[in-house]
Amino acid sequence: MKYLYLVWSNLKRKKIRTILTLLSIMVAFMLFAYLGAIKQAFSQGVDVAGLDRLIVRHKISIIQMLPQSYESRIEQIEGIESAVHQTWFGGIYQKPSNFFAQMPVDPQEYLDMYPEILLSAEEREAWLATRSGAIAGRGIADRFGWKTGDRIPINATVWTRKGGERTWEFDLVGIYDGATDGTDTTQFLFRYDFFDESRQYGQGQVGWYTVRVSDPERAAEAAALIDAEFANSPAETKAEAEGAFLQGFADQIGNIAFIMTSIIAAVFFTMLLVAGNTMAYAVRERTNELAVLKAIGFTDRSVLGLVLGESLVITGIGGGLGLALGWLMVSAGDPTNGQLPIFFLPLGHLLTGVVLIGLMALIAGILPALQAQRLRIADALRR
Amino acid sequence: MNAILNWFSQIFSITLFSVRSLPQRMGSSATAVLGIAGVVAVLVGVLSIAQGIVKTMESSASPDNVVILRSGASSEMMSILVGDDAKFIAEGPGLVRNEYGALSSPELFVVINLPMRSTGADANVPLRGVSPVAPELRSGFNIVEGRMFESGLNEVIVGVGARMEIVGLEVGNTLTVAQEEWPIVGIFEANGGLAESEIWVDAAVLQPAYRRGNSYQVVYAKLESPDDFQAYKDALTSDPRLNVKPVLEADYYSDQSTSLNNTITGLGTLIAVIMGFGAIFGALNTMYTAVSSRSREIATLRALGFQSGPVVISVLIESLLLAMAGGVFGALAAWLVFDGYRASTLNFSSFSQIAFAFDVTSTLLILGIVFAMVIGLIGGLFPAIRAARLPVATALREQ
Repeated sequence: MKYLYLVWSNLKRKKIRTILTLLSIMVAFMLFAYLGAIKQAFSQGVDVAGLDRLIVRHKISIIQMLPQSYESRIEQIEGIESAVHQTWFGGIYQKPSNFFAQMPVDPQEYLDMYPEILLSAEEREAWLATRSGAIAGRGIADRFGWKTGDRIPINATVWTRKGGERTWEFDLVGIYDGATDGTDTTQFLFRYDFFDESRQYGQGQVGWYTVRVSDPERAAEAAALIDAEFANSPAETKAEAEGAFLQGFADQIGNIAFIMTSIIAAVFFTMLLVAGNTMAYAVRERTNELAVLKAIGFTDRSVLGLVLGESLVITGIGGGLGLALGWLMVSAGDPTNGQLPIFFLPLGHLLTGVVLIGLMALIAGILPALQAQRLRIADALRR
Repeated sequence: MNAILNWFSQIFSITLFSVRSLPQRMGSSATAVLGIAGVVAVLVGVLSIAQGIVKTMESSASPDNVVILRSGASSEMMSILVGDDAKFIAEGPGLVRNEYGALSSPELFVVINLPMRSTGADANVPLRGVSPVAPELRSGFNIVEGRMFESGLNEVIVGVGARMEIVGLEVGNTLTVAQEEWPIVGIFEANGGLAESEIWVDAAVLQPAYRRGNSYQVVYAKLESPDDFQAYKDALTSDPRLNVKPVLEADYYSDQSTSLNNTITGLGTLIAVIMGFGAIFGALNTMYTAVSSRSREIATLRALGFQSGPVVISVLIESLLLAMAGGVFGALAAWLVFDGYRASTLNFSSFSQIAFAFDVTSTLLILGIVFAMVIGLIGGLFPAIRAARLPVATALREQ
């Protein structure tokens, strides 16, 4: 207890310096928390991809359509449990900058394929019963203030309705939540049967398929079988694991993400260096006080503990506050107005932060603490 | 008059004094400079990414070019022009005409997946089917290697940006698209513009390969003068045979880059602000240390008759000098490291890769230094006030 009191008094005597150092560390760790969210956002949710799911797209590019008839053909392939199709609608809600994904899907099949989409039983029933029904993720519903029962008009950029009409109106019958933080809750999903019958052209054409395999261990084999099934047909396919597919997108965003995250990381370490240096300096200033402590009977070890304790208190409080504030800021939403649909702070990153706090306290404290431990009383008192 | 002169000479002598003693406080001063330099380097570096994208988009656009999409479509990818649309569009008023007709290029735009050099993963590479006049509609178009493709043949030419980012896009190699072999016969540049990220082929070849009949997706056309745009637009939008939306090329490209630009600028600014706070705390710490380590000196000066105003200003000047050093250092580092750095990313608006170079502009450099000065000002202000308020008698007695 007396050590705690000593640590506390030392911190108090230059209050401004202690507070400023603490705040610098806090800012550094806020940045660190943000870094985690940004990395997560740029990774496109690779680490939440279903291990048992494959994505099947047109071999040339995902913008090429596939026939809807492929669904039953894929489902007959050995090792495949089920397949669902999705199509990029690419419409505009109010203005082009309100970007979010809209996709016509088969409700029953889609919800079965993506158990991470949480929809109440009533909402599910309502969707199955309403041809013009649509569901929206919590994130997007909150962003535009949508409520169940709202009529959502969306202007088509590609898929005009029969007669050339551009505006599609959907009845919002449900708002889904994500089972994990990494679930994209910015999607707007509506019924494929309604879409297919109302669109002006392209009947029977869909964007891509998500396929569930019965044995994740043999996913690569199943993917090869699918590609073989459609080889040399007018629409050849490329099947790959969902994770690899998402990784492909992350790779395309490419070195920008890498550069941004690495410069932030560099600055984070610079800030730690700066704060650590200040802390070490604060201890060196007091060399002869430490000698006095030793002269009145403090052991080498307790002086070491004292100095390390001081460093631990500052970094612990500053870093802890920083991580907490960073977490709050990340929870407040992504700073780019909906460009990054998956924006959250992964737990693993938070834990890394805690470890870094400990490491920093140790590194910033250890040199002056060792010096203090080795201090020869007579020399130090004479200074 | 004399009083003012005296005041300035006081500022001058105190500042000179503190600057001369700077080397004694090297450690903590260097720390502040380093902190500020880091912040400025990041601010300038991240914003230069956004700037580079904007520049690529801007250098793609000629002021007298117009882009015609189907109305409702927000990008080439989503647009479709069927039947005689392209013919009617070329008949519009105010277009540049030569012996072959109007300078109007109906084009197709698709993406193909090809592996990137950096990671080996597939990238969405834009493949554009163009008409013979397309090169005249891209400023600075120039074949740098090989030759132009021949009309009607399965030959492609590749932009320098695409060649740099994608594996195997060299003259003499072959591209396999839609089960056909397309030899690469040339490499082109286009003034650093967007076209440099693309692969070009004769539209008449791409149409059957993608089963597009005689449809197109977009028409690029050149006006006699940008002033003719309104008349041209009115003529097209009031034509009952057409359902199209003409936009100036510059507006089209700036729309295409808005979301990407906002993402990077939004993230960059936010990070810079957070870091700015960190740097302010660092600067405050340094200046408080500077003031407290010199409290006896300052008190002596005050006892000698120096006023508190000059003391405040001299502390501020010291802090601003340190901040400026940090700012210049950081901006320079960002310029050396990032300016001209080639990169590519996925533009979701066109769903394809764009290649661009980071662009550290003079505006960004100035912005960075100004940001540093603001940090220095705030970081110096409070310690300066404290220096001025030091009780002379107590401070003199301090060790």
